[in-house]
Amino acid sequence: MHRRRLGVAATGAVLALAVAACGGGSGSSTSSSGGSAAGSESKSEFNAALTQVVNPSDKKGGILKLANPGDWDSLDPADTYYGYSWNFIRLYGRSLLMFKSAVGKEGNQLVPDLAEDLGTPSDDAKTWTYRIKKGIKFEDGTPVTSKDVKYAIERSFDKEVFPDGYTYFNDFLDWPKGYKGPYKTPDINTDSAIETPDDHTIVFHLKQPLSNFDYFAQLPATIPVPKDKDTGAKYKEHVISTGPYKFEKNEIGKGFTLVRNDQWDPATDPNRKALPDGYEVSTNVNADDVDNRILSGDLDVEVTGVGVQSAALGRVLSDPAVKANADNPVSTRLWYTSVNGNVPPLDNIECRRAVQYATDKVALQNAWGGEVAGGQIATSLLPPAIPGHEDFNLYPPGPDNKGDLEKAKQALAACGQPNGFETNIAYRAERPKEKAAAEALQQALGRVGIKLTLKPFPQADYFGTYAGNPGYAKKNKLGLAMNGWQSDWPDGFGFLQQIVDSRVIREAGGSSNISVRDPEVDKLIDQAVRETDTNARNALWTAIDKKVMEDAFILPNVWTKTLLVRSKNATNIFVNDAYGMYDYLGMGVK
Amino acid sequence: MGTYIIRRLIWAAVMLTIVSIITFAIFFLVPRLAGATPESLASRYVGRTATAEQVKDAAEQLGFNDPLIVQYGRFAKGIVLGADYNYGPSVEHCPAPCFGYSFLTRLPVWPDLLDRLPVTMSLAIGAAVIWLIAGVATGVLSALKPGSVFDRAAMGIALAGVSLPIFFTGIVSLVVFSYGHPFRITAPGGSFTPFSENPAQWAYNLILPWITLAFLYAAGYARLTRAGMLETMNEDYIRTARAKGLSERVVVVKHGLRGALTPIVTIFGLDFGLLLGGAVLTESTYSLPGIGKYAIDAITNQDLPKVMGVTLVAAFFVVLANLIVDLLYAVVDPRVRLG
Repeated sequence: MHRRRLGVAATGAVLALAVAACGGGSGSSTSSSGGSAAGSESKSEFNAALTQVVNPSDKKGGILKLANPGDWDSLDPADTYYGYSWNFIRLYGRSLLMFKSAVGKEGNQLVPDLAEDLGTPSDDAKTWTYRIKKGIKFEDGTPVTSKDVKYAIERSFDKEVFPDGYTYFNDFLDWPKGYKGPYKTPDINTDSAIETPDDHTIVFHLKQPLSNFDYFAQLPATIPVPKDKDTGAKYKEHVISTGPYKFEKNEIGKGFTLVRNDQWDPATDPNRKALPDGYEVSTNVNADDVDNRILSGDLDVEVTGVGVQSAALGRVLSDPAVKANADNPVSTRLWYTSVNGNVPPLDNIECRRAVQYATDKVALQNAWGGEVAGGQIATSLLPPAIPGHEDFNLYPPGPDNKGDLEKAKQALAACGQPNGFETNIAYRAERPKEKAAAEALQQALGRVGIKLTLKPFPQADYFGTYAGNPGYAKKNKLGLAMNGWQSDWPDGFGFLQQIVDSRVIREAGGSSNISVRDPEVDKLIDQAVRETDTNARNALWTAIDKKVMEDAFILPNVWTKTLLVRSKNATNIFVNDAYGMYDYLGMGVK
Repeated sequence: MGTYIIRRLIWAAVMLTIVSIITFAIFFLVPRLAGATPESLASRYVGRTATAEQVKDAAEQLGFNDPLIVQYGRFAKGIVLGADYNYGPSVEHCPAPCFGYSFLTRLPVWPDLLDRLPVTMSLAIGAAVIWLIAGVATGVLSALKPGSVFDRAAMGIALAGVSLPIFFTGIVSLVVFSYGHPFRITAPGGSFTPFSENPAQWAYNLILPWITLAFLYAAGYARLTRAGMLETMNEDYIRTARAKGLSERVVVVKHGLRGALTPIVTIFGLDFGLLLGGAVLTESTYSLPGIGKYAIDAITNQDLPKVMGVTLVAAFFVVLANLIVDLLYAVVDPRVRLG
């Protein structure tokens, strides 16, 4: 299950923390939910929904049935941190901005939702202003004001009440000293962080310039919450809707139903078509049962979008008729191996490059689950769906993708280790695929004399105590460590900052960056967060990607792929790159 | 009899207290011995994104800095008297028995368990009726004609029933009778309708889990009943009963079966008590939102308060079932006198 959690907060220094986490997805597509169906003819063929709307229709009515193999982390906009949840939440909540409900890369585009337009930055990009549309109401008919948005963000500050949420706003806004959220410090004035000069204007004050703050404005925490209806940790039981649907019944741990919200005014909302009459969502449903029910037509969507389980994989791929009704998108998650320059002899760039050249990429791909269920072989950091991605490969692994042993040996010689060296590779004990990938590396690197010893660690303490703790890693010679990352939104900052900025590394451990220490990279990041021109900023993310690869601090494994099966009953099915899964705003019922 | 029941009830309370101490120690003492700090325990409540200061505050608020005996006292007090919980804007009382709050949902565990109890009870009672009738009847008939075709076939099927795990028979039954439209006889997995809402739908949704679960248990009961009946029917008092001219039906049911029932009642009490504590595999296979599914989800998510709640509830049912079984001995076997 792909959780996109934010890496822990930062040390307050320079860039503060936060950007991405491990999991992922965001986005959405179709310009008008339900379907940008516009035009394109549906084709029942493999991967059709990656580039077009399958079963386009504007027909209203019907109930869409969804199931979640696990529990929702939370339905509360302040407390949810899964890509699928951010995809789904647009049905009952409206944030300042949102990802366009459109096919493929078009879904990466930010469009206004509550706001009239994208944000207006000050010259130094430290202040961002949004105007909120008039005529938007809560499900009880109360008009939405900027103060409701401000309150929603303030309450998300309290991580004891909302532990599942992210900390972007906590870390980047200029909160007054001692502020702990509206429950614990209700009397502290927060105008230094957020101002609401009138009911339709909201102004954010940041501690540092941030050129891409618009991505923050699409976060669910900006979905307004009426203060008098806020029940804190219990608000998840009945979130007050601003979207086209509201909660009819909600049994946490079992499921919930959404019905139409008669206070939603389509005139204020060009993004949503709201085709179905409602949604039935079951949670904690056996994952194999979910696959079987989708294949039999009893269910429409596996809501987490992680793809079919291994039990159904063969059935889908071996039957051409079933396969024609499936899609295999690449997500914004990268599985990789950190190459720790603090552990000799990997402090020598040539030894790190030897690791890159000696890697058998095919074996790695198989270890992660193969081409369909595992991922696409990665040659750099930024996944293809993220603007700034560029195809390059600084360490060509030979024509068969199984490694260039000659170049690896040359690099070892240049490193002063012509016969290879010994080091350890860390992985999370609970993750069999990480173990398989570590074993694949062990075999591949052994071909040039690099002897790896596998070191499993419990995942709960992996970053805090072991692989991510600089002192422990050095002392125990953890030269390599399996790692993974997924951006919270399709943007270079969201993907790269937490894994390549050396300033997020903490001596006490806990950071997801456990190997990249390059002042040049840090400088480029500072440059990028101040750059307000999108193209120039994306070029900087590309440059950062290349610099890290030149340094050979990261050995990319695969960009994750999932196998999704389309519903037999749904219309307007398409994959939105921002979320890496089907767009839930667009779907209708046949 | 009254004294016996009171003594047993006191003993049951002692058992549950011991279980609660052991459970608490497993979740709070053992981690400490393994190096966990109050902050690392508290971090489960505040998530990965909390700052060190927030984690420290949470550890203090949750009382993880207190001595373990004080923490257990607070836990036990919650079960007996209830506890207060801060939801953010308000502090609310969690009435007894308050098992604490889920790491994941931040909601009290006890209402969740209560909510799931009807599902598990529906499953357990329905399956128990089927397996008792089918298992005991098959066992009796087999014992009356040992070595016959019926006996051999029944015992062969019983062997299969005992051998095949639920996650196999369950999935096969779903593929054949639920997902496959032509033979569909029941709703897809994951469906449950309360009996009070619609009895027919309730039974329709549960028929497949009932049969699958009953198949497993009926097999064992058939073999147990057959063995018991074979032994009983060779007893002297059976011959005496026949000599007195009693009908074969009376001989078999009133004298034979009653004599063979004691071990069946014993095992049934244990089985049924355990099932009420959660039919983990059946509920997981059919995605039934009962206590078993709740337990497995809690374990998967390492949601300790939920796991503790389920453990104590399961222990309660096992203790209760055993108590009832002991009382039933006196009814089933006149030679037993309680006191």
